[in-house]
Amino acid sequence: MAEEPESALQLPPSTAADGEGPTEVSPETATPEPPSSAAVSPGTEEPAGDTKKKIDVLLKAVGDTPIMKTKKWAVERTRTIQGLIDFIKKFLKLVASEQLFIYVNQSFAPSPDQEVGTLYECFGSDGKLVLHYCKSQAWG
Amino acid sequence: MTDDKDVLRDVWFGRIPTCFTLYQDEITEREAEPYYLLLPRVSYLTLVTDKVKKHFQKVMRQEDISEIWFEYEGTPLKWHYPIGLLFDLLASSSALPWNITVHFKSFPEKDLLHCPSKDAIEAHFMSCVKEADALKHKSQVINEMQKKDHKQLWMGLQNDRFDQFWAINRKLMEYPAEENGFRYIPFRIYQTTTERPFIQKLFRPVAADGQLHTLGDLLKEVCPSAIAPEDGEKKNQVMIHGIEPMLETPLQWLSEHLSYPDNFLHISIIPQPTD
Repeated sequence: MAEEPESALQLPPSTAADGEGPTEVSPETATPEPPSSAAVSPGTEEPAGDTKKKIDVLLKAVGDTPIMKTKKWAVERTRTIQGLIDFIKKFLKLVASEQLFIYVNQSFAPSPDQEVGTLYECFGSDGKLVLHYCKSQAWG
Repeated sequence: MTDDKDVLRDVWFGRIPTCFTLYQDEITEREAEPYYLLLPRVSYLTLVTDKVKKHFQKVMRQEDISEIWFEYEGTPLKWHYPIGLLFDLLASSSALPWNITVHFKSFPEKDLLHCPSKDAIEAHFMSCVKEADALKHKSQVINEMQKKDHKQLWMGLQNDRFDQFWAINRKLMEYPAEENGFRYIPFRIYQTTTERPFIQKLFRPVAADGQLHTLGDLLKEVCPSAIAPEDGEKKNQVMIHGIEPMLETPLQWLSEHLSYPDNFLHISIIPQPTD
């Protein structure tokens, strides 16, 4: 499968305490940073290569939800949907109280504690996981 | 021939005797008696505990009450996991009744999702059903259903109506006659020994050579540590709905008969009790 023309940006590692404003992301594909300790899952059954690799996530806005200039991100497999929601909200400068929904296959909203790596393995295609995000409930 | 449909009833009407006790640090105006309830395995904690909540709130002051949550031996109980799964995973080796502690303070934000209303449970449940059908039928069956059918699935679960639920759910369990099963089996494997929430991968019910995949095949592929080596000692129990199905059981049959109402097979891997 040919590489996508756009390069994937590294999503800053998730942190428990993120009081500061939106994290500026470097435009080049940065060298992989060590995953934050909170995101590492000890004792998984998968071979190391499988867990280490980040996955490509393509984020698409639905309806009148603002689009993100950068659509493709490299995300740690262990990052949760909630972690992704928090990141998008920060990126779009939404206020904390605003809701944001994430959908897979334009059909179901995975629960916030689900890991993107698992979703990628079941619903990824062409080497990436496509997720739609929306400020209101778009499907179901 | 005994009818496999009886299995569906047995699964649906599975109950766990439970004793709810108020957490010792909660402030009450009089003593809070424990509250006993038979919990339906296939339901969700926050869906079936209105009476528990009322019972304890009677002895508490309004200002001491915020969102209710449940805990077992120090582990907060996720309301968005089916009750039977929580019990199998965390409590199946302990004596009954299941002793659950009730909290109204210090909501563990890191461990639990908020459950603001029954609508949140419905949204979560329907989302799981849709995810399962995406795996089973590329979403074709769930998308062909009408809104009222979706509602009937939910109402069937909420009101504990087996017939109402299965009148619709049977369509989600069908597959083309020329195939020997679903596209992929919706399953999740849980272990208390890892930090990961669960293992979920693509796994077909039928092998390339036409043989039906078994529960053992699945575990060998996605969670080999769960099963004992040929001559080794059995270290784990593989549990669904409180029983240990034989590892030779075809996965397709398990998916059709032992899935929870959310259409997933929730499989618990727990250490073999040592007694």
